[in-house]
Amino acid sequence: MTTTSQSLPKRHLSLRQQDARIAWLLLVPSLIVILGVTLWPVISTFILSFYNAPTGINQARTFVGLANYIEMLSDQTFWETIGRTVYFTVVSVGLELLLGLSVAQLIHSHPWGWQFMRFSLIIPWAVPTIVNGAMWRWIYSADFGALNGVLMQFGLIKHYVSWLSMPDMAMNLVIVADVWHTMPFVALILQAALATLPGELEEAAAVDGANAFQRFWYIRLPQLRPAILVALIVRTVDAFRVFDIVYIITAGGPAFKTITITYLTYLYSFSYGKQGTGAALSFLISIFTIIMAFVYIRFLYKPEENQ
Amino acid sequence: MRTFQKTAMFMLALVTIFSLVSCAPQPTPKAAGPVTIHVMTMDQAGLKPAEIDQIVKDFEAQNSDIKVVMEYVGYDNVHDKIVTGMAANPPGYDAAMIDVIWPDEFIKAGYMLDVTDRVTPEMKAGIFPASWNGVTRNGKIYGMPWLMDVKYFMYNKDMLQQAGFTDPPKTWEELVEQAKVIKSKGIAENPIIWSWNQKEGVVCDFAVLLFGNGGAFVDASGKPAFNDDKGVQILTWMKQTIDDGLSNPASISSDENAVEANFLAGKSAFAVNWLFQYSDSNDAAKSQIVGKAAFAPMPVFAAGAAAGVKGSSVDGSSSFAVMATTPYPDQTWKFLTYLASNEVQTKYSAEMLPIWQADFQGDALAKLEAATPSNPVTVPAFMGQFPYANERPTVPYYNEASAALQLAIQEALTGAKSPKDALDAAAAKWVELAK
Repeated sequence: MTTTSQSLPKRHLSLRQQDARIAWLLLVPSLIVILGVTLWPVISTFILSFYNAPTGINQARTFVGLANYIEMLSDQTFWETIGRTVYFTVVSVGLELLLGLSVAQLIHSHPWGWQFMRFSLIIPWAVPTIVNGAMWRWIYSADFGALNGVLMQFGLIKHYVSWLSMPDMAMNLVIVADVWHTMPFVALILQAALATLPGELEEAAAVDGANAFQRFWYIRLPQLRPAILVALIVRTVDAFRVFDIVYIITAGGPAFKTITITYLTYLYSFSYGKQGTGAALSFLISIFTIIMAFVYIRFLYKPEENQ
Repeated sequence: MRTFQKTAMFMLALVTIFSLVSCAPQPTPKAAGPVTIHVMTMDQAGLKPAEIDQIVKDFEAQNSDIKVVMEYVGYDNVHDKIVTGMAANPPGYDAAMIDVIWPDEFIKAGYMLDVTDRVTPEMKAGIFPASWNGVTRNGKIYGMPWLMDVKYFMYNKDMLQQAGFTDPPKTWEELVEQAKVIKSKGIAENPIIWSWNQKEGVVCDFAVLLFGNGGAFVDASGKPAFNDDKGVQILTWMKQTIDDGLSNPASISSDENAVEANFLAGKSAFAVNWLFQYSDSNDAAKSQIVGKAAFAPMPVFAAGAAAGVKGSSVDGSSSFAVMATTPYPDQTWKFLTYLASNEVQTKYSAEMLPIWQADFQGDALAKLEAATPSNPVTVPAFMGQFPYANERPTVPYYNEASAALQLAIQEALTGAKSPKDALDAAAAKWVELAK
């Protein structure tokens, strides 16, 4: 025993190496959890996307390679759905940005009651999406809706209108409900960013004769760009994956005119029992959202601003 | 430092063990105390949640070893919740309501327990054969029948009287004539309300009209037939009634609950819906037309009548399945047999008539009609309408096929496609799915 222990010289670790080892040991539990609840399902779904995988217990899965992807990419319904989802995303996020920036500016100017206004902003955002959807469905109701009631009061319509039965109108009504719900998120991010901006630049520009628009456009807006980038990325990714508000307000109708890509994924995965196709759609959604995030970063992110 | 390392290693080992244990398949639990079973059903047709809750209480009082946890969801969510619930082991639900259109898919998926050996001869002989047909495939029984329902034609007696009509329409053509008068007299802006939203309801209403015109979903060889002349005629008719303002345009975004809300608010003279609408129409807390709603046999088209069609409706029955992977099949079956027992079904027959044949014969019929205030009206309506209930296709891919038909109907109703083109596209999809 003595001989053996003498023949194996003990390896001495530096303090830095010991710290690194402890750090890794402490990280391992978290890594296991992350691997278990995030990475493994992602890998598993990715593998599933190459199979014909009907729902059910002990159902035989057939390897089909890229067939699920090819089927979707060559399907007219898929591209129509992508177009519809892009429309929802662009209009919804665009309106949220415009309105959010306006509201943030208003609060930043500290008018009377601005603190109450800022507090009130949280309310629509705090309402669960399902509740928000149910509320707007009632507002749009043909027989009992507040929208028809208000328009009738003002004499703008002569008969109650079935808004959600109109294919060209339904998606826009869902967008209105979504903007009401999530615009406060954008407004709060931008208002917080506005509060941190130094006022000297705008004061100096005012002294030099710049008008309000010029001060906003050339000084304030560029400084807000990092906050706008964050708001746009978060909201765009969220909007592109929209599901619940559509499910509640229109259930994809009329005539599939409000079916979004996540809704289509849900239909294939759970209603149609085609998990392989649903998994392929999930990854196509991921690719589209990564492309959009890349485009934002490419055009809006200026590294020098963070230095 | 060494002690700290040992502690860290111990924590790591603990977390790893817990992670592995939590990922391992769950062993079948042994029933040491009261067993809890989870049952899901719809909050729409059939019994109201409060009534089922009362049934559960009564059952638990008689069976102290079983606790029942009910979950009520909208009809349109039941299918998908069963699918997600069955992904777990043990499953999210020990029993679930199964619509008449799902057994083929769910039996193929292995979700429904074969209960053939549990069904007693009394049950087999006592319950309507039509109910057993819904849960029987290849001679095996996969569920306990629970609800026999069909779509009914209901009208507002006051509105018809105001319009000068003494009898409800017998054909859809007569209905259009009556609706025109009702509209022209300003009694109702849109006299007819339907559940034509992009859900199963629109397929049910389409089926009612299709069979009433002598049509069918598929021909004798199993190929789609709903896009033939008879199918195109009725879809054209549906669109025309909307264009003429006779059918409420809100029908395109209305489910059965919205139809009921509209009819009970006194906004429509005619509605096609399930049985539950009738008892609600006499509930003053929900209805502005208490005592004014009445049943009439579902109209048919004149051409259908000429071809010998005497009546038409669609079967909307449902059953309860014991989920295949439940650890408590015995307790679950015991509860389901109680839920479907003759005694319970007679007691709660206001919105859901019994599945037991004997209740509709002899002295038992009189007893059934006296069981609730609604029954003197609903029992004869059921007996008159159920024989004309038609089935939707029984295929494992029904949901996707139905979605294609829903899309076609809505495209035609909204003017995006002609009825012929829309139905042809749906028929092509059905052929593709059948391959």
